[in-house]
Amino acid sequence: MATIAFLLNGIPQRCEVSPDTSILTLLREHLAETGTKEGCASGDCGACTVAIGELAADIQGFASANACITPAHQLQGKHLVTVEGLAKEGHLHPAQEAMINCHGSQCGFCTPGIVMSLFTLHDELTQRPAPLTPERLEATLGGNLCRCTGYRPIREAALRMNDLPFKRPQWYDAALSEAECLPSLTAATDASSFFAQPQSLVELTQLRQAAPQARLVAGGTDLWLESTQRLAQLDQLIDISRVAELLTVEEATLERQAGWWIGAGVTYTKLEPLFNKHFPTFAHLLHRLGSQQIRNRGTMGGNIANASPIGDTPPVLLVLGAYVELTNTYGNRCIALEDFFLDYKKTALAANEVISRIFIPQAPKDSQLRIWKLSKRREDDISAVLGAFSYRVEQGVLHDVRIAFGGMAAIPKRAQAAEKALEGSNISVEAFRAAQQALEVDFQPMSDVRGSQQYRQQAAKNLLERLYLSLLTPDQEVMLHAYAH
Amino acid sequence: MRTLTKLDGDSSRARQELHDHIQGSGPLARHTVDSTGQRQAGSSSFHESAEKHVTGKAAYIDDLVLPADALHVALGLSPVAHGTLTQLDLSKVKEAPGVLDAITFHDVPGHTDIGPVFPGDPIFVDQEISYAGQCLFAVAATSLQAARRAVRLAAISIDEQPASLDPVAATEREEFVRPTHVQTRGDWQQALTQAEQIIEGELFIGGQEHFYLEGQACVVHPTEDEGVIVHTSNQHPSETQKLVAEVLDIPFHAVTVEVRRMGGGFGGKETQASPWACIAAIIARRTGKSISLRLPRSEDMRATGKRHPFYNRYRLAIDAEGVIQGGEITVIGDCGYSPDLSDAIVDRAMFHADNAYSLGDAQVVGHRAKTHTASNTAFRGFGGPQGMMIIEAAMDDIARQIGEDPLTVRKRNFYRDGREVTHYGQQVDQRQLLHTLVETLENDSDYWARRKAISDFNAASPVIKKGLALTPVKFGISFTAQHLNQAGALLHVYTDGSVMINHGGTEMGQGLHTKICQVVARELGLDLNKVRITATRTDKVPNTSPTAASSGADLNGMAARDAASKLRERLFDFAAEHFTEGLDREGMRLEDGMLVAGRGESERRVPWGELVQTAYLNRISLSEKGFYATPLIHYDRSVGQGRPFYYYAFGAAVTEVSVDTLSGEYLVDRVDILHDVGDSLNPAIDIGQVEGGFIQGMGWLTSEELKWNDKGVLLSDGPATYKIPTFGDLPAIFNVSLLEGHPNSMASLYRSKAVGEPPFMLGISVWSALRDALSSLTGYTVSPHLDTPATPERVMLAANTIRGKAL
Repeated sequence: MATIAFLLNGIPQRCEVSPDTSILTLLREHLAETGTKEGCASGDCGACTVAIGELAADIQGFASANACITPAHQLQGKHLVTVEGLAKEGHLHPAQEAMINCHGSQCGFCTPGIVMSLFTLHDELTQRPAPLTPERLEATLGGNLCRCTGYRPIREAALRMNDLPFKRPQWYDAALSEAECLPSLTAATDASSFFAQPQSLVELTQLRQAAPQARLVAGGTDLWLESTQRLAQLDQLIDISRVAELLTVEEATLERQAGWWIGAGVTYTKLEPLFNKHFPTFAHLLHRLGSQQIRNRGTMGGNIANASPIGDTPPVLLVLGAYVELTNTYGNRCIALEDFFLDYKKTALAANEVISRIFIPQAPKDSQLRIWKLSKRREDDISAVLGAFSYRVEQGVLHDVRIAFGGMAAIPKRAQAAEKALEGSNISVEAFRAAQQALEVDFQPMSDVRGSQQYRQQAAKNLLERLYLSLLTPDQEVMLHAYAH
Repeated sequence: MRTLTKLDGDSSRARQELHDHIQGSGPLARHTVDSTGQRQAGSSSFHESAEKHVTGKAAYIDDLVLPADALHVALGLSPVAHGTLTQLDLSKVKEAPGVLDAITFHDVPGHTDIGPVFPGDPIFVDQEISYAGQCLFAVAATSLQAARRAVRLAAISIDEQPASLDPVAATEREEFVRPTHVQTRGDWQQALTQAEQIIEGELFIGGQEHFYLEGQACVVHPTEDEGVIVHTSNQHPSETQKLVAEVLDIPFHAVTVEVRRMGGGFGGKETQASPWACIAAIIARRTGKSISLRLPRSEDMRATGKRHPFYNRYRLAIDAEGVIQGGEITVIGDCGYSPDLSDAIVDRAMFHADNAYSLGDAQVVGHRAKTHTASNTAFRGFGGPQGMMIIEAAMDDIARQIGEDPLTVRKRNFYRDGREVTHYGQQVDQRQLLHTLVETLENDSDYWARRKAISDFNAASPVIKKGLALTPVKFGISFTAQHLNQAGALLHVYTDGSVMINHGGTEMGQGLHTKICQVVARELGLDLNKVRITATRTDKVPNTSPTAASSGADLNGMAARDAASKLRERLFDFAAEHFTEGLDREGMRLEDGMLVAGRGESERRVPWGELVQTAYLNRISLSEKGFYATPLIHYDRSVGQGRPFYYYAFGAAVTEVSVDTLSGEYLVDRVDILHDVGDSLNPAIDIGQVEGGFIQGMGWLTSEELKWNDKGVLLSDGPATYKIPTFGDLPAIFNVSLLEGHPNSMASLYRSKAVGEPPFMLGISVWSALRDALSSLTGYTVSPHLDTPATPERVMLAANTIRGKAL
């Protein structure tokens, strides 16, 4: 148990919570605030969406999060806004009013979560007015399932709420006074239960060394499912989300390649500006990797450490030739990402190490990157197959071909035989047919809930055909815009 | 027509234009305009709980405040689909921290079979295990987490046996939960032997998880009279009252069931909300404590039944024009392990195997296959959608065979004068409405111009193929179990003039309570804010029917209207007699919060509040109950003929899709819907039902895939693996209109029509459009086989099959 101090809807709170307490449990069971709902306890439905504000000088506004899989301890020193807080002194928030006016609720159970997602959008647009694009709307609402309305009236409400009169209340920017603040959570690692919040890499590696059995948590978007779905006892946790060195993005050179060091604790949302500029196709993938609630919390470091064969970023990082930096109390080592994944969920990370940073080399000027994700649903779904392709075309010949797939093997893996078939070849039917055949050497996928073996094998081949067609006839539409990267 | 596949500025601007178009002042916007005035029946009032929804104040079961000593229950579910339970030792469970009680089959004081209509659903497994997810035992502890952790300490031994999972194989072995039913009209065999052409096909139609956002949940309080009060998320409180009383072995009057609202139902809480209330009630009586039982999502998905998967086939005689002369249709419903509601569900599939088309001389056979899965149950449409799928498949197949547009073939086969009687003997009233509605939609949606544009596009586009389909819906309204077509209501007027209405229907988001308040407001001439609805309770209105079969407003609205009009007449009688100035009884009316008598110069007005207060002082009862039973309906099962439906609701949808034939990915680009609700009770709510029903139907046929492993364990047991439509699946262009100016030809509630289920089947147009796009790969000469759900996987594999291998 530890005491945390935070603001709830502008009002200071102190609560004593155990390490495995989620924000949702804190709200519903400790504070009897039942407006925030549990729909799935797995971060997939958005019924529990809350907004979290940083209490820092550079207010970033509020970020939506799934309360069901967000550790309560991470609220320490922050501002939690819930559906109960929006309507003050009898005035509904424009998001609420627009939802009523547009008949945006039917059974009403998903509604608090939808209102909170709309609230974060509304606040962002209030502070930084910008045209509301379809992409922005989809990003806001893609993580909120509604089973009743079919979403049309909710879209209507999102479009109309910004026309309603509104004055941004001062309590949004409330901050804890010094007296109300608590020091960050430190932990005795020999305790049977702790939630440690190291602030520096040195502290982190020392904790890791002292308590290798403790679990690392950043966004908690995957780890917390062990608690809510598999009832695992998460009682020794080291929170990396406040380790300064893990939160930076910097330009650098590694092995004579220019590129960027990305801290393992940087969230997908914070990566977006960099990717938008330098890897637009990768930025686009982020929008299909998970909902906004997940992207606000999840990190690339977590995606790599998790080592799932269907993680979305590893195949892309493999074709980009990324490296990971692994750090312990003795120092650090840097290895190529493809040497990191050993077997199903097995990695080169030692028990006393943490992933500290990821290096992504700058793509050569004329190289191309294509990323194609196949899933049952376009938004907020996990890949059945994800193909990443990088290459250069010089006078009709393919060079530096790197291909990697997710969902095709026990680990995210490069298609080396297929790469070989295409390297140095003309853009020809023969070369691509050979590459398709080579995929059978590279991969023997399995059948599971997301797709059959037959589908995966054929889909991977068809993505090569898509690549061929897009190179052969660049002006011909070979894929649907909403899926395009 | 642009597909806008690029990330460049032009494409981005084009996408924005498309988006702006959606915002315009189309028919959708019209229905979102804030209505003014009295907001009575016929106007677009907001949902009665809308403000509570958006502020988080609307309470669902898990939000109810519990006493400090309340217990939380977790369930032990079978990990295997079929076998014999040889050992169930809960001694470790009972010793776990926080645990106060744990019960099994042997702890049930009364009935152990809680089958809702037919027996076959044990409350807990005694010996035989029939599906993975079946309830073995329950544990009560001081917290849900403690109870869930304790469940895992049970020592369980099961003699596992092979699971039967294939409904077709089960049918061949005649393993049924209920006997096969047959409907025959005319000499169908002769129709086939004399046919110019015979066309046949088959289709597997997947099931569907309800995915109500609020899972199954109840809270049970023990009472001082050896009874219980049950708060439950439930579509059928009276049935839960009966079953709880029976398992406790106490009279029905000792059990009160209350439902304020559900966080979604869709049929999944018609019969399958009761088991949890029964279990919680047993523990409440044993421990004397309040009990909370809610199923975590994955357990909810494993333990409860779903929409029935079906395997259907048809063999039809057609003439040269593609008009059906007769034939046979067989539907096999995968019922799971027990009857539940499957008899009526497969019946409804049979009643809708014709959809909007005359089958001529036909036989329809319906089997109820038994398999080792959860007992499949009611789900919006109740078998109707699965039945319709086979005839819609046939329409497309006929069109490809005779080389006509599918819409042409559909229209030729519509019920019409001379072909107006269904295979079960009911005449299709208002059949002309089908023609009117489809012609209007065909024009408004530019069907033929777009058909031409799509053909041109497809000819020039090797990978991306567009598809277009118009599919109609004719859906029969009434419970096919005749006795369920009744309803009651209870109306109180208090001395301040405020009105309380209560009725037997339940609110699951469909706006039933809003409509009922509007009915009462209209009958009593009051503003809607004078009328409040209270939670559905078995001690207010007894012996009610489930809120199902789209009948909630039809039945309960009539009952509420009955109560209000009886009370109104009593007040008129009183007023005519009482008020000394003498009010004219003839032509007396209630409007604008006034009693009004006479007209013109002799018009007299008495404010509602004064009327009520005076009536009270004169000892006139201000309370009334109402009742309604649907007239005319009947069905003779022994011959499979009758008039099971009071009326039909109609609708049609045109859907355009783009399909990536390499990856199987697709987008629904545009949907136009015209739907018949008679004279709408609340256009905004009805539009909401049409849109929501369409999207849910689309989800059923596209991304929502249930998968079990070969041992019968459900793999898709959460939203990470089971994909209902999300925001981005909303069609970019979605034009939804209600057909106006065509009141119900039958005397219904203000000539309105039911709207809950019929629009669900408009989603079939998406599947048909996907097949249309695939068919273009063969120049529209081949009708592709496309089982459902048509996931990208199925679409890609179908494309591969139809056009041969890649490259």
